Amino acid sequence: MNPISANDFVLAAPEILLLGGTCVVLLLDLFLSDRLRQVSYFLSLLTLAATAALVAGLPEGRHFGFNGMFVVDGAARLLKLVATATVAVVFVYSRDYLIQRGLFKGEYFVLALFATLGIFVMTSASSLLTMYMGIELLALSQYALVAFDRDSPIAAESAMKYFVLGAIASGILLYGISIVYGVTGTFDLGALASRLDAGAASQIGLLFGLAFLIAGIAFKFGAVPFHMWIPDVYHGAPTSVTLFLGAAPKLAYFALAFRVLAEGLGSAVEAWQGMLVVLAVLSMAIGNVVAVAQTNLKRMLAYSTISNVGFILLGLLAGTPSGYRAALFYTITYVVMALGSFAMIVLLSRKGFEADRIEDFRGLAQQNPWFAWMMLLLMVSTAGVPPFVGFFAKLYVIQAVLDVGLTWLAIVAVLFSVIGAFYYLRIVKVMFFDAPAEEGVSVTAGPALRFLLSLNALAVLALGLYNSALIDTIARALP
Amino acid sequence: MHSSLLSVLTWLPILGGVVVMLVGDSRASIARWLALAIALAALIASVPLYTGFDLTSAALQFPERMAWIPSLHSDYSLGVDGISMPLILLTTFSTVLVVIAGWTVIEKRPAQYFAAFLIMEGLMIGVFSAADALLFYVFWEAMLIPMFIIIGIWGGARRIYATIKFFLYTFLGSVFMLVALVYMYLKTGDYSLAAFYKLPLTLPEQIAIFLAFFAAFAVKVPMVPVHTWLPDAHVEAPTGGSVILAAIMLKMGGYGFLRFSLPITPDASRALDWLVISLSLIAVVYIGLVALVQQDMKKLIAYSSIAHMGFVTLGCFVGYEIVASTGSLAGATLGLSGAMVQMVSHGLVSGALFLCVGVLYDRLHTREIGAYGGVINTMPVFGAFMVLFAMANAGLPGTSGFVGEFLVILASFKASFWYAFVASITLILGAAYTLWLVKRVVFGAVANEGVASLKDLNGREFLVLSLLAVAVLALGVYPKPLTDVMEPTLRNLVQLMSVSKL
Repeated sequence: MNPISANDFVLAAPEILLLGGTCVVLLLDLFLSDRLRQVSYFLSLLTLAATAALVAGLPEGRHFGFNGMFVVDGAARLLKLVATATVAVVFVYSRDYLIQRGLFKGEYFVLALFATLGIFVMTSASSLLTMYMGIELLALSQYALVAFDRDSPIAAESAMKYFVLGAIASGILLYGISIVYGVTGTFDLGALASRLDAGAASQIGLLFGLAFLIAGIAFKFGAVPFHMWIPDVYHGAPTSVTLFLGAAPKLAYFALAFRVLAEGLGSAVEAWQGMLVVLAVLSMAIGNVVAVAQTNLKRMLAYSTISNVGFILLGLLAGTPSGYRAALFYTITYVVMALGSFAMIVLLSRKGFEADRIEDFRGLAQQNPWFAWMMLLLMVSTAGVPPFVGFFAKLYVIQAVLDVGLTWLAIVAVLFSVIGAFYYLRIVKVMFFDAPAEEGVSVTAGPALRFLLSLNALAVLALGLYNSALIDTIARALP
Repeated sequence: MHSSLLSVLTWLPILGGVVVMLVGDSRASIARWLALAIALAALIASVPLYTGFDLTSAALQFPERMAWIPSLHSDYSLGVDGISMPLILLTTFSTVLVVIAGWTVIEKRPAQYFAAFLIMEGLMIGVFSAADALLFYVFWEAMLIPMFIIIGIWGGARRIYATIKFFLYTFLGSVFMLVALVYMYLKTGDYSLAAFYKLPLTLPEQIAIFLAFFAAFAVKVPMVPVHTWLPDAHVEAPTGGSVILAAIMLKMGGYGFLRFSLPITPDASRALDWLVISLSLIAVVYIGLVALVQQDMKKLIAYSSIAHMGFVTLGCFVGYEIVASTGSLAGATLGLSGAMVQMVSHGLVSGALFLCVGVLYDRLHTREIGAYGGVINTMPVFGAFMVLFAMANAGLPGTSGFVGEFLVILASFKASFWYAFVASITLILGAAYTLWLVKRVVFGAVANEGVASLKDLNGREFLVLSLLAVAVLALGVYPKPLTDVMEPTLRNLVQLMSVSKL
């Protein structure tokens, strides 16, 4: 074992800075009066910006640090950049919402920053132990975030549910990790891959461990049948927290699946492909069908998340480089769309009023045509209608699935996307075709939210019309 | 010098539509004039497509090519041939009419109304000019969004049911096409249509791809039994929406058969031509009978559209039978040109009929046939137009409706007497339901006070209907300019569809 060198710290510089910045916010916030709370907000954004700058300055190529526990490669760099940008956007979106509800506290930022650190560790994990550390850091921060509005019984209930189920899932994952360790004798993903190549891939013990790993991953992602927590948690958490939960962690879960399944257990692809097929089909089916019956927008979007996870799994299960790229493209674009959709709820909410029922959007096109059109872009894109980016995301995963000869799966996927189109269209219907409610909808949000949300929605269109830059970036990140 | 003409035609209306939307409903009159200016500009810009068209070539003209998604080998590549060019002209022409027709009638959110139609126009032109399958699909699906909005906001009482049904039906059909396109892309490594034309495919593959295309195009045409969205959509759509639906969007299905099914899967088309031909004949006869019993004018015209579109699909596929029985490629070309003429003519005639219904609806706010009678007494000019368009719909010689039907019946005769016989029943049925409609609505004694109070056409309505009347008569008397344009392309297409890919 080599001693830790300076180079290791260079590779981990963004994480170190992020941790340092988070601790500063944590300590400083204790001494701030409520009037000065903005300082925490700006300091958090500053931390994220500095972290992103350090990520951008990381060396090109693939480098290992901390005795192979930590890796910096194209995927890690890209995921970290997207994650910091996502969290920064979440902060901007949440600010007014938190202030109006008296929740504008340092804890929100500190917890979200710790969660971001967890995401960072997961994206750079090249050992099952590092991965598990990242997962737990992310998960614990999320449990606390959900319970963050301590006066809300429904939030407390969701946090409890999330915590109990999450703890079980972590246990399952850990159990899987220990079995894999027992069979192969290593935590290191690279070593795991080379030992499996030697012919251990078909051992029954490994398959047994793999099943637990997959169950853990599926729980994190929220794939059916491990999805029960998603609607309750998304619904119960304050919308600014749902905004966070629905977006940035998906990047980390992609990293989890990619690192463990593709990089570590890539040669056992035939073993896990079948499991992922089942998870993907069930997720698309249950997610899309149950979403139709929802009257609460947050719950609807939660089921939509489940169905979108099914599509991400489609890309992963192909087990080809183009499949992984498609899954990453899907994940990133889904994060963009989810951010925008949840932010629309934040936008229409005001003090004492949570615009999270679908009927709260009634007649928006008459009262505020601009944001009705923005929501239309987001919804239609998530439904997978061209020319928006959601279509291309679906196109790439379908292409990946067809490429490995799973034609039936591609057809199942497109059929469920038609079912999915219905409930996205229902939002458009409510906004454009229904008359506004008596009290009406009003947009009281500040200019930063308005501007960023418009940009977010227009990005869905722009990325659809021109997506080769993103594709090229992803192709470089996942060669 | 025309190198970017198609891009201009596609993007001018789309961007113009966005500008009109931004002008906003509060400044409705500016929005109206701006929309008219953009629609006219697009119409004028589309004229060089005709004047500059090379009548001797079957190649794609006015080509444009730009890298779009290099990693997929999908290009932004446009071009028109003798099939798409007339349909683009039809699109620009119809859009101007729709803008004029909606001038004062639309009071609810007028800027968004005109914007939606302009964006629609650009997307439809994009569909007709795309030479890359992925680009085609993008335009094809994007079209659904403005139409969804148009029917949903400005439609009739059951508009929400109709528009969601419309969207989901067509979306469901199209996703199968997407799978087929991706499947072929994975074989060619290229999304260009030219590459798809050359791709050899086994018969089972072709049949699967053909059925996937069929799902997309048959819904759009629409063919029996997937036609049920059309009467709902037509009836509930505002007049302009019905016109665009009937005049252009239904043509997308026929266009798809000509552009995709026949050249890409020729052997499957031959093997399954019985399916298309029998569904077409069922449409002609059965839907003709259904049209006869309608109480609602729009529904009647909608069913008559389905019957007329049956001629288009019949003309497209009867060629295989002709080649099989006589070996004559010229006969197949005849069927195809019949289908094309029928598409253009139906675009004009059904659009005109929907506008006529719109004229009445704007006055009495009902589409029930029973609520009218003796309209000619109070609206003589309108009555004359209505009779003319009804005659064209019934296929009276001298109108454009006759040319297409005649060519298709002639071609079916070469294939089999019985095809021609069944198809000819439309001459009776078509005459029956249209003339009975005219009799009940236009002629007779003034039926009620509503009709007695009717005012004849205003200048705007007169302008729109007379433009259409001129086009219908011109095409009926002298269809040569249209058939000349199509001739080389269709001959080339017959070559493609008769060469086996196995």
